[in-house]
Amino acid sequence: MTHITEELLIEAYYSDIDDMSRQHLQECGECRAEFERLSGLLDSVRDYPVPERDELYGSDVWARLAPDLPAAKPRMNWFRWWMLTPALATVVLVAFLAGMFTGQRRAGISEKARERILLMALSDHLDRSQILLTELLHADPEIGLTGEQDKARELLGENRLLRQSAAHIGDAADADLLDALERVLLDVANGSHSSSSNGLQMIQQRIDSEALLFKVRITGTDARRRGQNL
Amino acid sequence: MEWTDSAAADEARNGNQQAFRVLVERHSHSVFRLAFRMTGNEQDAEDMVQETFLRAYKQLHQFDARSGFGTWLYRICTNCSIDLIRARKRRNEEQPFAGEKFPVHWLDRVASPGPSPERLTQSNQITNRLEDALKRLSEIERIAFVLRHYEGHDIEQIAAALGVQPNAAKHSVFRAVQKLRRALEPAWGVAAR
Ligand SMILES: [Zn+2]
Repeated sequence: MTHITEELLIEAYYSDIDDMSRQHLQECGECRAEFERLSGLLDSVRDYPVPERDELYGSDVWARLAPDLPAAKPRMNWFRWWMLTPALATVVLVAFLAGMFTGQRRAGISEKARERILLMALSDHLDRSQILLTELLHADPEIGLTGEQDKARELLGENRLLRQSAAHIGDAADADLLDALERVLLDVANGSHSSSSNGLQMIQQRIDSEALLFKVRITGTDARRRGQNL
Repeated sequence: MEWTDSAAADEARNGNQQAFRVLVERHSHSVFRLAFRMTGNEQDAEDMVQETFLRAYKQLHQFDARSGFGTWLYRICTNCSIDLIRARKRRNEEQPFAGEKFPVHWLDRVASPGPSPERLTQSNQITNRLEDALKRLSEIERIAFVLRHYEGHDIEQIAAALGVQPNAAKHSVFRAVQKLRRALEPAWGVAAR
């Protein structure tokens, strides 16, 4: 009769073995004795004390780790952000040309050119807003939104003008989108999120529930295309 | 709503550090336990925990949800451990007279709670011999043994962690136990077959 190999005995200790080997183990005294010797030894080294780590250990690990992590992708967009046209000046020009301040249309510039400038300014603005919204969705409540707050303030001015311009020329869809965007920008700029991570969560939920990021992206792309085709 | 591991990994891959934080907080304890058992040293284990999560973050795009995030982390931790053990070996080979060959082993520093004097003597004996025996295992054998014996992993999981075929993993466990038996059984006055 062939006895069970040491390898099979080790398998038997840790898990399961086939029925034939199991039956042999039950019937053969020699193999059973060998199995018990092996089990005794492995049992004796089972107690492997590991130093205690409390329930906050995970947070400690994160605190040490976070500064070493490569910056998240959306946060690397500073360069792109500043490379974009400073839209505010353009929007003021557009608003001026549209006669929003004076009630009079300026001569010397065609309707088409004016619309084109407006669409390009809108597209730039939505590009920048898209970056901010992405950052907000990925924001760390512990770090706060200082950078985002500055950007929101900057965007708020041009957003207002663009919304008014859109309403002025009867573009209700763009005006509505800019209105929804403005409410988020206002919240962030005012820092109503900073009192609690709840505030940030509400902002994130609003961006999500209104599919704002998606709409901003689509509208921005459309505006650019429309502007280029004019 | 609580993120599943794979949903959090997806989010983290898209740049959401909060999602990665969830994963770190969820798996820190088990990675530490594994790292400690592989290295036998608290400071090394802490370093390995950091390194494991750092590598995981950088390699998130390689994570395949089918393997389970825990298994994947174990694999990374295992690689860190192999790197560490090898680096230390190399350092010791380069500096043969640089004092202690290995850092103080865990079994020397962690006292079991109140054993009887005879038990203490016996367990110290086993402890010392186990320490020697563990040092004589190859990196792979030691890791395979830790995963099998202390973490309760099955052969498939060990194979995945080591990045080898199941048969090779099984053989590593076998070699480890065999070496431990040869080293420890004489201390018990038990003759191996
Ligand atoms: Zn037998």
